[in-house]
Amino acid sequence: MNVPDITSTNAMNLAEKRSAADLRRRQAAQKLSFGLFWLGALVVILIMLVVVGYVFITGFKSINLQFLTTPPKGGLSGEGGISTTVITTLYLVGLILAISAPLGIGAAVFLIEYQGQTQSGGKFIRSLLQVVNFGVETLAGIPSIIFGLFGYALFVSTLKFGFSLLSAALAGACLVLPTIIRTTQEALLTVPVSLREGSLALGATRWQTISKVVLPAAIPGIITGIMLSVGRIISETAVFYVTLGGSYRLPKNLFSGGRTLSLHLFYLAMDTNAFEKAMGTGAVLIVSIILINLIIDLISRKLSAGVRLHQ
Amino acid sequence: MNAIKLETHSYSLYYGKFRALEDISIEIPEKQVTAIIGPSGCGKSTFLRTFNRMNDLIPGVRTEGQALLDGEDIFSMDVVALRQRVGMVFQKPNPFPKSIYDNVAYGPRVNGIREKNVLDEIVETSLRGAALWNEVKDNLGKSGLALSGGQQQRLCIARALAVKPSVILMDEPAASLDPIATQRIEELIRQLVEHYTIVIVTHNMQQAGRVSDYTAFFFTDESRTGRLVEFNLTRKIFTNPQDKRTEDYITGRFG
Repeated sequence: MNVPDITSTNAMNLAEKRSAADLRRRQAAQKLSFGLFWLGALVVILIMLVVVGYVFITGFKSINLQFLTTPPKGGLSGEGGISTTVITTLYLVGLILAISAPLGIGAAVFLIEYQGQTQSGGKFIRSLLQVVNFGVETLAGIPSIIFGLFGYALFVSTLKFGFSLLSAALAGACLVLPTIIRTTQEALLTVPVSLREGSLALGATRWQTISKVVLPAAIPGIITGIMLSVGRIISETAVFYVTLGGSYRLPKNLFSGGRTLSLHLFYLAMDTNAFEKAMGTGAVLIVSIILINLIIDLISRKLSAGVRLHQ
Repeated sequence: MNAIKLETHSYSLYYGKFRALEDISIEIPEKQVTAIIGPSGCGKSTFLRTFNRMNDLIPGVRTEGQALLDGEDIFSMDVVALRQRVGMVFQKPNPFPKSIYDNVAYGPRVNGIREKNVLDEIVETSLRGAALWNEVKDNLGKSGLALSGGQQQRLCIARALAVKPSVILMDEPAASLDPIATQRIEELIRQLVEHYTIVIVTHNMQQAGRVSDYTAFFFTDESRTGRLVEFNLTRKIFTNPQDKRTEDYITGRFG
Protein backbone atom coordinates (compact mmCIF):
# COMPACT_ATOMS: atom_id res chain seq x y z
CA MET A 1 0.00 0.00 0.00
CA ASN A 2 1.20 3.51 -0.80
CA VAL A 3 1.16 5.92 2.11
CA PRO A 4 1.16 9.55 0.92
CA ASP A 5 3.88 11.84 2.27
CA ILE A 6 1.96 14.18 4.50
CA THR A 7 4.94 15.96 6.01
CA SER A 8 5.33 18.45 3.17
CA THR A 9 1.74 19.49 2.60
CA ASN A 10 0.89 23.20 2.98
CA ALA A 11 -1.19 22.63 6.06
CA MET A 12 1.62 20.73 7.74
CA ASN A 13 4.17 23.39 6.91
CA LEU A 14 1.90 26.05 8.33
CA ALA A 15 1.30 23.99 11.44
CA GLU A 16 5.02 23.68 11.95
CA LYS A 17 5.56 27.46 11.78
CA ARG A 18 2.66 28.13 14.08
CA SER A 19 3.81 25.72 16.71
CA ALA A 20 7.23 27.39 16.86
CA ALA A 21 5.68 30.78 17.57
CA ASP A 22 3.15 29.23 19.86
CA LEU A 23 5.80 27.50 21.94
CA ARG A 24 7.04 30.78 23.42
CA ARG A 25 3.54 31.82 24.36
CA ARG A 26 2.81 28.49 25.98
CA GLN A 27 6.01 28.64 27.96
CA ALA A 28 5.18 32.14 29.17
CA ALA A 29 1.72 30.97 30.23
CA GLN A 30 3.31 28.15 32.18
CA LYS A 31 5.72 30.50 33.93
CA LEU A 32 2.90 32.80 34.92
CA SER A 33 0.65 30.10 36.29
CA PHE A 34 3.46 28.37 38.19
CA GLY A 35 4.39 31.77 39.63
CA LEU A 36 0.83 32.21 40.89
CA PHE A 37 0.86 28.74 42.44
CA TRP A 38 4.10 29.58 44.20
CA LEU A 39 2.60 32.79 45.53
CA GLY A 40 -0.44 30.91 46.80
CA ALA A 41 1.71 28.35 48.59
CA LEU A 42 3.89 31.11 50.06
CA VAL A 43 0.91 33.02 51.46
CA VAL A 44 -0.52 29.87 53.04
CA ILE A 45 2.76 29.01 54.70
CA LEU A 46 3.13 32.60 55.91
CA ILE A 47 -0.33 32.65 57.49
CA MET A 48 0.40 29.38 59.23
CA LEU A 49 3.74 30.62 60.53
CA VAL A 50 2.18 33.84 61.85
CA VAL A 51 -0.61 32.06 63.71
CA VAL A 52 1.55 29.33 65.19
CA GLY A 53 4.39 31.75 65.85
CA TYR A 54 2.14 34.20 67.65
CA VAL A 55 0.71 31.52 69.92
CA PHE A 56 4.17 30.12 70.64
CA ILE A 57 5.81 33.46 71.37
CA THR A 58 3.06 34.71 73.65
CA GLY A 59 2.46 31.33 75.26
CA PHE A 60 6.08 30.34 75.64
CA LYS A 61 6.64 32.34 78.83
CA SER A 62 4.06 30.38 80.79
CA ILE A 63 5.21 26.92 79.68
CA ASN A 64 7.49 25.11 82.10
CA LEU A 65 7.55 21.82 83.90
CA GLN A 66 5.44 23.20 86.73
CA PHE A 67 2.80 24.42 84.27
CA LEU A 68 2.56 20.94 82.83
CA THR A 69 2.48 19.07 86.13
CA THR A 70 0.24 21.10 88.43
CA PRO A 71 -3.56 21.24 88.27
CA PRO A 72 -5.35 24.52 87.54
CA LYS A 73 -6.32 26.52 90.63
CA GLY A 74 -9.77 27.26 89.35
CA GLY A 75 -11.74 30.43 89.95
CA LEU A 76 -11.30 33.62 88.03
CA SER A 77 -7.57 33.99 88.55
CA GLY A 78 -6.65 31.41 85.90
CA GLU A 79 -3.65 30.49 88.00
CA GLY A 80 -2.13 27.04 88.14
CA GLY A 81 -1.10 24.55 85.48
CA ILE A 82 -2.84 22.19 83.13
CA SER A 83 -2.04 18.69 84.42
CA THR A 84 -5.62 17.53 85.12
CA THR A 85 -6.86 18.81 81.78
CA VAL A 86 -4.17 16.87 79.95
CA ILE A 87 -5.18 13.69 81.77
CA THR A 88 -8.89 14.32 81.17
CA THR A 89 -8.15 14.78 77.49
CA LEU A 90 -6.30 11.47 77.40
CA TYR A 91 -9.20 9.74 79.21
CA LEU A 92 -11.62 11.06 76.65
CA VAL A 93 -9.44 10.09 73.69
CA GLY A 94 -9.24 6.55 75.04
CA LEU A 95 -12.94 6.27 75.81
CA ILE A 96 -14.09 7.75 72.51
CA LEU A 97 -11.81 5.53 70.45
CA ALA A 98 -12.87 2.45 72.42
CA ILE A 99 -16.45 3.20 71.39
CA SER A 100 -16.04 4.58 67.90
CA ALA A 101 -13.16 2.60 66.40
CA PRO A 102 -14.78 -0.86 66.49
CA LEU A 103 -18.16 0.56 65.48
CA GLY A 104 -16.78 2.71 62.69
CA ILE A 105 -14.44 0.10 61.24
CA GLY A 106 -17.17 -2.52 61.40
CA ALA A 107 -19.66 -0.24 59.66
CA ALA A 108 -17.15 0.64 56.94
CA VAL A 109 -16.32 -3.01 56.29
CA PHE A 110 -19.99 -3.77 55.99
CA LEU A 111 -20.66 -0.83 53.68
CA ILE A 112 -17.77 -1.63 51.34
CA GLU A 113 -17.38 -5.38 51.42
CA TYR A 114 -21.02 -6.34 51.44
CA GLN A 115 -22.42 -3.62 49.24
CA GLY A 116 -23.58 -5.00 45.91
CA GLN A 117 -22.94 -8.53 47.11
CA THR A 118 -26.32 -8.89 48.72
CA GLN A 119 -27.77 -10.94 45.91
CA SER A 120 -30.52 -12.41 48.04
CA GLY A 121 -31.32 -9.25 49.99
CA GLY A 122 -32.01 -7.49 46.73
CA LYS A 123 -33.14 -3.94 46.29
CA PHE A 124 -34.17 -3.21 49.87
CA ILE A 125 -30.74 -3.84 51.37
CA ARG A 126 -29.04 -1.98 48.54
CA SER A 127 -31.16 1.14 49.05
CA LEU A 128 -30.68 0.85 52.80
CA LEU A 129 -26.92 0.85 52.26
CA GLN A 130 -27.25 3.93 50.07
CA VAL A 131 -29.18 5.74 52.79
CA VAL A 132 -26.53 4.80 55.35
CA ASN A 133 -23.76 6.02 53.04
CA PHE A 134 -25.55 9.29 52.49
CA GLY A 135 -26.11 9.64 56.22
CA VAL A 136 -22.43 9.14 56.97
CA GLU A 137 -21.44 11.77 54.43
CA THR A 138 -23.95 14.24 55.84
CA LEU A 139 -22.90 13.61 59.44
CA ALA A 140 -19.28 14.31 58.53
CA GLY A 141 -20.23 17.83 57.50
CA ILE A 142 -22.45 18.76 60.47
CA PRO A 143 -21.14 21.46 62.86
CA SER A 144 -19.85 19.89 66.05
CA ILE A 145 -22.06 21.96 68.35
CA ILE A 146 -25.03 20.02 66.96
CA PHE A 147 -23.45 16.79 68.14
CA GLY A 148 -22.95 18.59 71.45
CA LEU A 149 -26.61 19.60 71.70
CA PHE A 150 -27.67 16.08 70.76
CA GLY A 151 -25.35 14.67 73.40
CA TYR A 152 -26.68 17.12 75.94
CA ALA A 153 -30.31 16.27 75.17
CA LEU A 154 -29.83 12.49 75.07
CA PHE A 155 -26.96 11.55 77.35
CA VAL A 156 -26.84 14.43 79.84
CA SER A 157 -30.55 14.98 80.46
CA THR A 158 -32.69 12.15 79.07
CA LEU A 159 -30.44 9.27 80.10
CA LYS A 160 -29.36 11.27 83.19
CA PHE A 161 -25.64 10.63 82.77
CA GLY A 162 -25.18 14.30 83.77
CA PHE A 163 -22.19 16.40 82.76
CA SER A 164 -19.73 13.55 82.76
CA LEU A 165 -16.94 11.72 81.02
CA LEU A 166 -19.52 9.20 79.85
CA SER A 167 -21.81 11.78 78.23
CA ALA A 168 -18.84 13.50 76.61
CA ALA A 169 -17.38 10.21 75.38
CA LEU A 170 -20.66 9.13 73.79
CA ALA A 171 -21.23 12.50 72.15
CA GLY A 172 -17.58 12.61 71.03
CA ALA A 173 -17.92 9.12 69.56
CA CYS A 174 -20.85 10.34 67.46
CA LEU A 175 -18.66 13.23 66.32
CA VAL A 176 -15.72 11.13 65.10
CA LEU A 177 -17.67 8.12 63.82
CA PRO A 178 -18.17 9.61 60.34
CA THR A 179 -14.44 10.37 60.10
CA ILE A 180 -13.49 6.82 61.04
CA ILE A 181 -16.09 5.29 58.74
CA ARG A 182 -15.08 7.40 55.76
CA THR A 183 -11.32 6.98 56.11
CA THR A 184 -11.78 3.24 56.62
CA GLN A 185 -14.02 3.06 53.55
CA GLU A 186 -11.41 4.86 51.49
CA ALA A 187 -8.67 2.60 52.82
CA LEU A 188 -10.70 -0.50 51.92
CA LEU A 189 -11.35 0.82 48.42
CA THR A 190 -7.63 1.19 47.77
CA VAL A 191 -7.10 -2.55 48.32
CA PRO A 192 -6.98 -3.97 44.76
CA VAL A 193 -9.81 -6.27 43.69
CA SER A 194 -7.14 -8.70 42.47
CA LEU A 195 -6.11 -9.41 46.09
CA ARG A 196 -9.67 -10.23 47.07
CA GLU A 197 -10.07 -12.48 44.03
CA GLY A 198 -6.75 -14.17 44.75
CA SER A 199 -7.87 -15.03 48.25
CA LEU A 200 -11.36 -16.21 47.29
CA ALA A 201 -9.95 -18.34 44.48
CA LEU A 202 -7.88 -20.22 47.09
CA GLY A 203 -11.00 -21.35 48.88
CA ALA A 204 -11.02 -18.64 51.54
CA THR A 205 -14.41 -17.50 52.78
CA ARG A 206 -15.43 -13.88 52.41
CA TRP A 207 -14.72 -13.23 56.08
CA GLN A 208 -11.28 -14.89 55.85
CA THR A 209 -10.56 -12.72 52.83
CA ILE A 210 -11.57 -9.58 54.70
CA SER A 211 -9.76 -10.39 57.94
CA LYS A 212 -6.57 -11.89 56.51
CA VAL A 213 -6.03 -9.92 53.30
CA VAL A 214 -8.20 -6.84 52.97
CA LEU A 215 -7.99 -5.39 56.49
CA PRO A 216 -4.21 -5.89 56.87
CA ALA A 217 -3.69 -4.15 53.53
CA ALA A 218 -5.99 -1.32 54.62
CA ILE A 219 -4.45 -0.80 58.05
CA PRO A 220 -2.33 2.25 57.21
CA GLY A 221 -5.44 4.08 56.03
CA ILE A 222 -7.45 2.94 59.04
CA ILE A 223 -4.77 4.08 61.47
CA THR A 224 -4.62 7.42 59.69
CA GLY A 225 -8.36 7.78 60.24
CA ILE A 226 -8.00 6.95 63.92
CA MET A 227 -5.17 9.45 64.39
CA LEU A 228 -7.22 12.11 62.59
CA SER A 229 -9.97 11.37 65.09
CA VAL A 230 -7.52 11.76 67.98
CA GLY A 231 -6.64 15.19 66.61
CA ARG A 232 -10.30 16.01 66.28
CA ILE A 233 -11.01 15.00 69.89
CA ILE A 234 -8.07 16.98 71.25
CA SER A 235 -9.09 20.13 69.41
CA GLU A 236 -12.85 19.78 69.93
CA THR A 237 -14.41 22.34 72.27
CA ALA A 238 -18.10 22.79 71.49
CA VAL A 239 -19.19 19.20 72.10
CA PHE A 240 -17.47 18.97 75.46
CA TYR A 241 -18.62 22.44 76.50
CA VAL A 242 -22.19 21.14 76.70
CA THR A 243 -21.53 17.57 77.86
CA LEU A 244 -18.43 17.46 80.06
CA GLY A 245 -19.26 20.20 82.57
CA GLY A 246 -16.09 22.14 83.24
CA SER A 247 -14.66 21.00 86.54
CA TYR A 248 -10.92 21.56 86.65
CA ARG A 249 -10.50 18.59 88.95
CA LEU A 250 -9.53 15.16 87.81
CA PRO A 251 -12.62 13.03 87.06
CA LYS A 252 -12.96 10.20 89.58
CA ASN A 253 -15.15 7.94 87.50
CA LEU A 254 -17.19 7.81 84.32
CA PHE A 255 -19.94 9.91 85.88
CA SER A 256 -17.82 12.84 87.00
CA GLY A 257 -17.27 15.87 84.82
CA GLY A 258 -14.02 17.42 83.76
CA ARG A 259 -12.25 19.74 81.41
CA THR A 260 -10.16 18.96 78.35
CA LEU A 261 -7.19 21.03 77.25
CA SER A 262 -9.11 22.97 74.64
CA LEU A 263 -12.05 23.48 76.98
CA HIS A 264 -9.61 24.80 79.57
CA LEU A 265 -8.21 27.15 76.96
CA PHE A 266 -11.73 28.37 76.25
CA TYR A 267 -12.45 29.03 79.95
CA LEU A 268 -9.12 30.76 80.44
CA ALA A 269 -9.72 33.01 77.47
CA MET A 270 -13.33 33.89 78.25
CA ASP A 271 -13.57 33.91 82.05
CA THR A 272 -10.15 34.98 83.28
CA ASN A 273 -7.44 37.48 82.57
CA ALA A 274 -4.81 34.81 82.31
CA PHE A 275 -4.16 35.48 78.65
CA GLU A 276 -0.63 34.14 78.71
CA LYS A 277 -1.76 30.92 80.36
CA ALA A 278 -4.37 30.55 77.62
CA MET A 279 -1.71 31.00 74.97
CA GLY A 280 0.54 28.53 76.76
CA THR A 281 -2.27 25.99 76.72
CA GLY A 282 -2.76 26.76 73.04
CA ALA A 283 0.91 26.12 72.37
CA VAL A 284 0.69 22.75 74.13
CA LEU A 285 -2.35 21.91 71.97
CA ILE A 286 -0.53 22.82 68.78
CA VAL A 287 2.49 20.76 69.74
CA SER A 288 0.31 17.72 70.41
CA ILE A 289 -1.47 18.09 67.07
CA ILE A 290 1.88 18.38 65.28
CA LEU A 291 3.09 15.26 67.09
CA ILE A 292 -0.03 13.35 66.07
CA ASN A 293 0.40 14.33 62.44
CA LEU A 294 4.02 13.22 62.54
CA ILE A 295 2.92 9.88 63.96
CA ILE A 296 0.29 9.50 61.21
CA ASP A 297 2.94 10.21 58.63
CA LEU A 298 5.38 7.75 60.12
CA ILE A 299 2.87 4.93 60.50
CA SER A 300 1.38 5.21 57.06
CA ARG A 301 4.80 5.43 55.48
CA LYS A 302 6.04 2.36 57.32
CA LEU A 303 2.96 0.22 56.85
CA SER A 304 2.03 1.16 53.32
CA ALA A 305 5.49 0.45 51.91
CA GLY A 306 4.41 -3.10 51.12
CA VAL A 307 1.05 -2.21 49.65
CA ARG A 308 2.43 0.58 47.51
CA LEU A 309 4.86 -1.81 45.90
CA HIS A 310 1.88 -3.78 44.77
CA GLN A 311 0.24 -1.03 42.78
CA MET B 1 -9.33 -39.65 25.17
CA ASN B 2 -8.99 -39.08 28.88
CA ALA B 3 -11.93 -38.95 31.25
CA ILE B 4 -14.07 -35.82 31.21
CA LYS B 5 -13.06 -33.43 33.98
CA LEU B 6 -15.11 -30.34 33.27
CA GLU B 7 -18.16 -30.03 31.08
CA THR B 8 -20.95 -27.63 30.28
CA HIS B 9 -24.23 -28.37 28.58
CA SER B 10 -26.27 -25.65 26.86
CA TYR B 11 -24.62 -23.20 29.19
CA SER B 12 -25.55 -19.50 28.89
CA LEU B 13 -24.60 -16.58 31.08
CA TYR B 14 -26.32 -13.20 31.44
CA TYR B 15 -25.23 -9.91 32.96
CA GLY B 16 -28.67 -8.60 33.78
CA LYS B 17 -30.41 -8.62 30.38
CA PHE B 18 -27.21 -8.87 28.36
CA ARG B 19 -26.35 -12.36 27.20
CA ALA B 20 -22.58 -12.76 27.45
CA LEU B 21 -22.37 -16.48 26.65
CA GLU B 22 -24.84 -18.55 24.68
CA ASP B 23 -25.47 -22.25 24.55
CA ILE B 24 -22.00 -23.55 25.22
CA SER B 25 -21.52 -27.29 25.38
CA ILE B 26 -18.00 -28.57 25.89
CA GLU B 27 -16.26 -31.55 27.47
CA ILE B 28 -12.82 -30.77 28.83
CA PRO B 29 -10.61 -33.85 29.29
CA GLU B 30 -8.69 -34.65 32.44
CA LYS B 31 -4.92 -34.03 32.72
CA GLN B 32 -4.73 -32.19 29.44
CA VAL B 33 -4.14 -28.53 28.66
CA THR B 34 -7.17 -26.97 27.05
CA ALA B 35 -6.68 -23.52 25.56
CA ILE B 36 -9.53 -21.10 25.08
CA ILE B 37 -8.79 -18.66 22.29
CA GLY B 38 -10.79 -15.95 20.57
CA PRO B 39 -10.94 -12.18 20.09
CA SER B 40 -11.33 -9.71 22.97
CA GLY B 41 -14.81 -9.54 24.43
CA CYS B 42 -15.95 -12.97 23.27
CA GLY B 43 -16.45 -14.21 26.83
CA LYS B 44 -13.35 -16.39 27.23
CA SER B 45 -12.55 -15.20 30.75
CA THR B 46 -16.20 -15.19 31.78
CA PHE B 47 -16.45 -18.79 30.62
CA LEU B 48 -13.25 -19.75 32.48
CA ARG B 49 -14.58 -18.16 35.66
CA THR B 50 -17.62 -20.40 35.48
CA PHE B 51 -15.57 -23.33 36.72
CA ASN B 52 -14.60 -21.74 40.05
CA ARG B 53 -17.68 -19.53 40.18
CA MET B 54 -15.75 -16.27 40.33
CA ASN B 55 -18.70 -14.79 38.43
CA ASP B 56 -20.68 -15.12 41.66
CA LEU B 57 -18.92 -11.94 42.81
CA ILE B 58 -20.58 -9.86 40.10
CA PRO B 59 -24.09 -8.71 40.97
CA GLY B 60 -26.77 -9.49 38.43
CA VAL B 61 -25.11 -12.54 36.87
CA ARG B 62 -27.48 -15.35 35.95
CA THR B 63 -26.76 -18.66 34.27
CA GLU B 64 -28.71 -21.29 32.36
CA GLY B 65 -27.74 -24.83 31.54
CA GLN B 66 -25.29 -27.08 33.32
CA ALA B 67 -21.67 -26.87 34.40
CA LEU B 68 -20.12 -29.99 35.90
CA LEU B 69 -16.91 -30.92 37.67
CA ASP B 70 -16.28 -34.68 37.78
CA GLY B 71 -19.92 -35.06 36.84
CA GLU B 72 -21.14 -32.99 39.81
CA ASP B 73 -23.16 -29.83 39.38
CA ILE B 74 -20.85 -26.87 40.06
CA PHE B 75 -23.66 -24.53 41.02
CA SER B 76 -25.02 -26.74 43.77
CA MET B 77 -21.60 -27.25 45.36
CA ASP B 78 -20.37 -25.24 48.30
CA VAL B 79 -18.40 -22.48 46.61
CA VAL B 80 -15.49 -22.65 49.09
CA ALA B 81 -15.17 -26.40 48.58
CA LEU B 82 -15.34 -25.92 44.80
CA ARG B 83 -12.49 -23.41 44.85
CA GLN B 84 -10.31 -25.84 46.76
CA ARG B 85 -10.71 -28.26 43.89
CA VAL B 86 -10.41 -25.68 41.13
CA GLY B 87 -7.50 -23.28 41.52
CA MET B 88 -6.96 -20.12 39.52
CA VAL B 89 -4.05 -18.05 38.25
CA PHE B 90 -4.86 -14.53 37.14
CA GLN B 91 -3.66 -12.31 34.33
CA LYS B 92 -1.74 -9.94 36.55
CA PRO B 93 0.35 -11.61 39.25
CA ASN B 94 -1.46 -10.87 42.50
CA PRO B 95 0.67 -12.09 45.41
CA PHE B 96 -0.53 -10.93 48.80
CA PRO B 97 1.58 -8.25 50.51
CA LYS B 98 3.00 -11.00 52.71
CA SER B 99 6.16 -13.12 52.76
CA ILE B 100 6.75 -15.79 50.13
CA TYR B 101 6.11 -18.43 52.78
CA ASP B 102 2.87 -16.85 53.95
CA ASN B 103 1.65 -16.48 50.37
CA VAL B 104 1.99 -20.19 49.73
CA ALA B 105 0.76 -21.20 53.19
CA TYR B 106 -2.30 -18.96 52.83
CA GLY B 107 -4.55 -21.56 51.18
CA PRO B 108 -3.71 -24.42 53.54
CA ARG B 109 -4.09 -22.07 56.52
CA VAL B 110 -7.55 -20.84 55.56
CA ASN B 111 -8.44 -24.49 55.17
CA GLY B 112 -7.49 -25.10 58.77
CA ILE B 113 -3.94 -26.48 58.61
CA ARG B 114 -1.93 -25.11 61.54
CA GLU B 115 0.93 -27.60 62.07
CA LYS B 116 4.23 -25.93 61.27
CA ASN B 117 5.90 -29.04 59.84
CA VAL B 118 2.95 -29.81 57.57
CA LEU B 119 2.89 -26.23 56.31
CA ASP B 120 6.66 -26.27 55.78
CA GLU B 121 6.32 -29.35 53.64
CA ILE B 122 3.39 -27.99 51.61
CA VAL B 123 5.26 -24.74 51.00
CA GLU B 124 8.37 -26.52 49.77
CA THR B 125 6.47 -29.01 47.58
CA SER B 126 4.33 -26.30 46.06
CA LEU B 127 7.28 -24.02 45.34
CA ARG B 128 9.13 -26.94 43.78
CA GLY B 129 6.01 -27.74 41.77
CA ALA B 130 5.96 -24.19 40.46
CA ALA B 131 9.69 -24.30 39.64
CA LEU B 132 10.41 -21.48 42.05
CA TRP B 133 11.96 -23.30 45.01
CA ASN B 134 15.59 -23.01 43.97
CA GLU B 135 15.28 -19.28 43.45
CA VAL B 136 13.61 -18.47 46.76
CA LYS B 137 14.49 -21.23 49.24
CA ASP B 138 16.90 -19.01 51.18
CA ASN B 139 14.51 -16.04 51.24
CA LEU B 140 11.16 -17.48 52.22
CA GLY B 141 10.64 -14.58 54.61
CA LYS B 142 11.04 -12.01 51.87
CA SER B 143 7.95 -10.19 50.62
CA GLY B 144 6.28 -11.83 47.64
CA LEU B 145 6.08 -8.37 46.11
CA ALA B 146 9.86 -8.11 45.97
CA LEU B 147 10.02 -10.83 43.32
CA SER B 148 10.14 -10.16 39.57
CA GLY B 149 6.91 -10.36 37.57
CA GLY B 150 7.62 -13.85 36.29
CA GLN B 151 8.60 -15.08 39.75
CA GLN B 152 5.46 -13.48 41.21
CA GLN B 153 3.35 -15.39 38.71
CA ARG B 154 5.09 -18.66 39.60
CA LEU B 155 4.51 -17.78 43.26
CA CYS B 156 0.82 -17.44 42.44
CA ILE B 157 0.92 -20.84 40.75
CA ALA B 158 2.63 -22.32 43.83
CA ARG B 159 -0.02 -20.68 45.99
CA ALA B 160 -2.72 -22.36 43.91
CA LEU B 161 -0.94 -25.75 44.03
CA ALA B 162 -0.75 -25.59 47.83
CA VAL B 163 -4.52 -26.07 48.08
CA LYS B 164 -4.15 -29.39 46.18
CA PRO B 165 -6.63 -28.66 43.41
CA SER B 166 -7.21 -31.07 40.54
CA VAL B 167 -7.98 -28.30 38.06
CA ILE B 168 -6.02 -25.09 37.47
CA LEU B 169 -7.64 -22.26 35.56
CA MET B 170 -5.26 -19.76 34.01
CA ASP B 171 -6.53 -16.43 32.74
CA GLU B 172 -3.85 -15.16 30.33
CA PRO B 173 -1.15 -16.05 32.85
CA ALA B 174 1.69 -14.66 30.75
CA ALA B 175 0.01 -11.56 29.36
CA SER B 176 1.99 -9.20 31.58
CA LEU B 177 5.30 -11.05 31.36
CA ASP B 178 8.34 -10.69 29.12
CA PRO B 179 9.17 -13.45 26.60
CA ILE B 180 11.65 -15.24 28.86
CA ALA B 181 9.31 -15.32 31.83
CA THR B 182 6.55 -16.39 29.46
CA GLN B 183 8.63 -19.31 28.25
CA ARG B 184 9.22 -20.46 31.82
CA ILE B 185 5.48 -20.36 32.54
CA GLU B 186 4.77 -22.34 29.38
CA GLU B 187 7.35 -24.98 30.32
CA LEU B 188 5.80 -25.13 33.76
CA ILE B 189 2.33 -25.65 32.31
CA ARG B 190 3.64 -28.64 30.35
CA GLN B 191 5.10 -30.10 33.55
CA LEU B 192 1.98 -29.46 35.61
CA VAL B 193 -0.32 -31.17 33.15
CA GLU B 194 0.99 -34.54 34.26
CA HIS B 195 -0.94 -34.07 37.48
CA TYR B 196 -3.52 -31.40 36.81
CA THR B 197 -6.24 -30.51 34.37
CA ILE B 198 -5.37 -27.09 33.01
CA VAL B 199 -7.65 -24.66 31.23
CA ILE B 200 -5.87 -21.60 29.90
CA VAL B 201 -7.31 -18.48 28.30
CA THR B 202 -4.84 -16.84 25.95
CA HIS B 203 -4.72 -14.12 23.35
CA ASN B 204 -1.56 -15.52 21.97
CA MET B 205 -2.21 -18.19 19.36
CA GLN B 206 1.40 -19.34 19.23
CA GLN B 207 1.12 -19.90 22.95
CA ALA B 208 -2.06 -21.93 22.51
CA GLY B 209 -0.27 -23.96 19.86
CA ARG B 210 2.78 -24.54 22.09
CA VAL B 211 1.14 -25.45 25.39
CA SER B 212 -2.26 -26.93 24.72
CA ASP B 213 -3.53 -30.37 23.76
CA TYR B 214 -7.04 -29.14 23.01
CA THR B 215 -8.25 -25.78 21.79
CA ALA B 216 -11.64 -24.18 22.06
CA PHE B 217 -12.29 -21.25 19.73
CA PHE B 218 -14.78 -18.68 20.98
CA PHE B 219 -16.20 -16.01 18.73
CA THR B 220 -18.74 -13.23 18.81
CA ASP B 221 -20.55 -10.92 16.41
CA GLU B 222 -22.27 -7.52 16.72
CA SER B 223 -24.51 -8.91 19.48
CA ARG B 224 -21.31 -9.31 21.58
CA THR B 225 -22.63 -12.66 22.77
CA GLY B 226 -19.86 -15.22 23.02
CA ARG B 227 -20.30 -18.62 21.38
CA LEU B 228 -18.15 -21.69 21.09
CA VAL B 229 -17.34 -22.12 17.42
CA GLU B 230 -15.06 -25.09 17.46
CA PHE B 231 -13.43 -27.42 19.95
CA ASN B 232 -10.91 -30.06 18.99
CA LEU B 233 -7.36 -31.29 19.35
CA THR B 234 -5.09 -28.26 19.07
CA ARG B 235 -3.21 -29.91 16.24
CA LYS B 236 -6.45 -30.28 14.28
CA ILE B 237 -7.66 -26.76 15.02
CA PHE B 238 -4.41 -25.34 13.74
CA THR B 239 -3.94 -27.56 10.72
CA ASN B 240 -7.44 -28.43 9.64
CA PRO B 241 -10.09 -26.12 11.13
CA GLN B 242 -13.64 -27.12 10.30
CA ASP B 243 -15.15 -23.65 10.55
CA LYS B 244 -14.30 -20.76 8.24
CA ARG B 245 -14.20 -18.32 11.19
CA THR B 246 -11.68 -20.48 13.03
CA GLU B 247 -9.50 -20.58 9.96
CA ASP B 248 -9.71 -16.81 9.47
CA TYR B 249 -8.85 -16.22 13.10
CA ILE B 250 -5.88 -18.54 13.38
CA THR B 251 -4.43 -17.33 10.11
CA GLY B 252 -4.61 -13.81 11.50
CA ARG B 253 -7.20 -12.42 9.14
CA PHE B 254 -8.98 -10.77 12.07
CA GLY B 255 -8.93 -10.56 15.83
